[in-house]
Amino acid sequence: MPIISTASLARTFQTRRGPVEAVRGIDLTVREGEILGFLGPNGAGKTTTLRMLTTLLEPTGGAATVAGHDLATDAAGVRRACGYVAQSGGVDPQISVREELVTQGRLYRLSKTQAAARAAELARDLDLTDLLDRRCGTLSGGQRRRLDIAMALTHRPKVLFLDEPTTGLDPASRADLWDLVRRLRDAHGTTVFLTTHYLDEADALADRLVIVDRGVVVAEGTPSALKLEYGGSIGASLQDTFLAITGRGPVPADAAPVAV
Amino acid sequence: MLLHDTAIIYGRYLRQSLRSRFALLFGVLMPLLYLVFFGPLLTGLPLGGRGSSWQVLVPGLLLQLGLFGALFAGFMIILENGQGVVERMRVTPVSRLALLLGRVLREATVFVLQAVLLVLAALAMGLRAPLIGIVIGFAFVALLTVSLASLSYALAMKVRTPQEFGPLVNAVSMPSMLLSGLMLPMTLGPRWLDVLSHFMPFRYLVDAMRDAYVGAYTTDHMLYGVLVAVGFAVLAVTVGTRVFRTAGA
Repeated sequence: MPIISTASLARTFQTRRGPVEAVRGIDLTVREGEILGFLGPNGAGKTTTLRMLTTLLEPTGGAATVAGHDLATDAAGVRRACGYVAQSGGVDPQISVREELVTQGRLYRLSKTQAAARAAELARDLDLTDLLDRRCGTLSGGQRRRLDIAMALTHRPKVLFLDEPTTGLDPASRADLWDLVRRLRDAHGTTVFLTTHYLDEADALADRLVIVDRGVVVAEGTPSALKLEYGGSIGASLQDTFLAITGRGPVPADAAPVAV
Repeated sequence: MLLHDTAIIYGRYLRQSLRSRFALLFGVLMPLLYLVFFGPLLTGLPLGGRGSSWQVLVPGLLLQLGLFGALFAGFMIILENGQGVVERMRVTPVSRLALLLGRVLREATVFVLQAVLLVLAALAMGLRAPLIGIVIGFAFVALLTVSLASLSYALAMKVRTPQEFGPLVNAVSMPSMLLSGLMLPMTLGPRWLDVLSHFMPFRYLVDAMRDAYVGAYTTDHMLYGVLVAVGFAVLAVTVGTRVFRTAGA
C-alpha cells in the first residue's frame, strides 16, 4: 500500500491569455519511508503538484490519496498527515522562534502546555534551542530552514513535503540538511517528498527519482537505473541523464539545421 | 474549534499590532487632523441636522478612520503571502473562517481603540453626545471594519502585488468617502447627489450613527443602518472565507 498515489492528477490555470496546463496528468506512487526526489526543469509543474498534494490547490483533474486520505473528499485528513515546507519558508521575521513554534502547535490543536513542550522538543531535535528567543528575521539561511522544517514537523507528520529545501544554502548547511532528512526517515520512518534543482542532492539523498517535464512524469527509477537507461552507463552523470530525459541538452555539433 | 482557532489567530495578530504601537497612534492622525483643522470650520454652519456640528462630524470621521484603515488592511496579507505565512497556515487543519476572522477581529479591535482615542479628543474639542449613542457608534465602526477588512484581504489574496492593490483600493476609497457624506451630510447637496449617495452602503451607516449621536435610537435611519451594516458584514466575511479556502487558484 503506497503512502502517496496519484492518478492523472492535473491542474489547469485560467489566465487572461487562455488556459495554462501547469500539470497535465501525474501518475506516481511513493512507498512509506521512502525519500523521493521530484525533479524537473523550471515550469515543469513540480511546485503545482506539491501544492495540490498538500491541499493548497484544488486539482482540476485526476485523483490522489495521501496516507490513506483522499485528496478530494478528506482534505482535513491529508492536512493532519502531512507537513509542507514551501520554497519561501513561512515564518514572520518579526516574531520570535519560540512564538512561531508554539503558535504552530496551537494551530495543530495542541493545548498551551503541550504546544510549549513540543516547541522545546523540536528545538532540541533541530538544534534551535539557543535561538528560541531570537526573532526569525535574525536567523541565518541554514537556521531558517531548520526552523521551517521544525514547524512542518510539529504534528509528527507521516509525509514531509520539501520544496527546494536547500536552495540558497551554503555547502555546510546543505550537508546538515541532508543528514537531517536521512535522520528523520531512519528514526521516525517519515516519508520525504522533495523537489530540487541540485542533481548531486538528488543523487545523494533520494532513494528514487521521479522526473517531470511539461506537466507529466517522463521517467522514474533509482538514480543508478536512470543513469543506465538514459545516460548510457551506470557511470554517467545525473546531469547528462537529466538532460537526456528532458531533451533540453545542448544541440549536437553535427546537427544540420532543418531549414535555413 | 472555530472559536479556538479564531482566538489563536487573533492573538497572534493582536500581539503583532501591540508590538508596533507607533503605527497604532499614527492611524488616528488623519482623522485627528480633520477634527482639529476642519471641525472648527463647521461650528455655526447650518448643517440641517439636530445637535451641534460635532455630532455631525465625529461619526463621519470615525467611519472614515474605519474606511481607509480597513480597506488598506490587505497590504499585510500581501507581505505575508511573500513570506509564505498564509500557505503555511493553510496547510494546517486550522479553520479557514478562523484564518480570516482572527485577522479581521484584530483590525476591528485596533480601530475601536483608535475610535476611542478620537472620541476623547473630540470631547476636548467640544463634542457632547449621549454615552449609549457613542457606544452604538463604536459598534458600527467595528462592523464596518470587519466587512471592509474581509474584502480587502480577499482582494489582496487575488491581486497579490502592492502595485495593483494600492491603486485599486484608492479607486474604491475616495468615491466611497465622498459619496457617503462622511464629511458633510448629503442632504445639503443637490438632489441628484443625494440620490446617488443612497447607492453607497456607507451612507446608511453614517446616517444611523449621526442619529445615535443625538440620542435618536428608534429611527428609520437606525433600522436601515443596522440592516446594511450586518448584511454587508455577512456578505464580506463569506467572500473572504471563500478566498482563504481556495486561494492560489
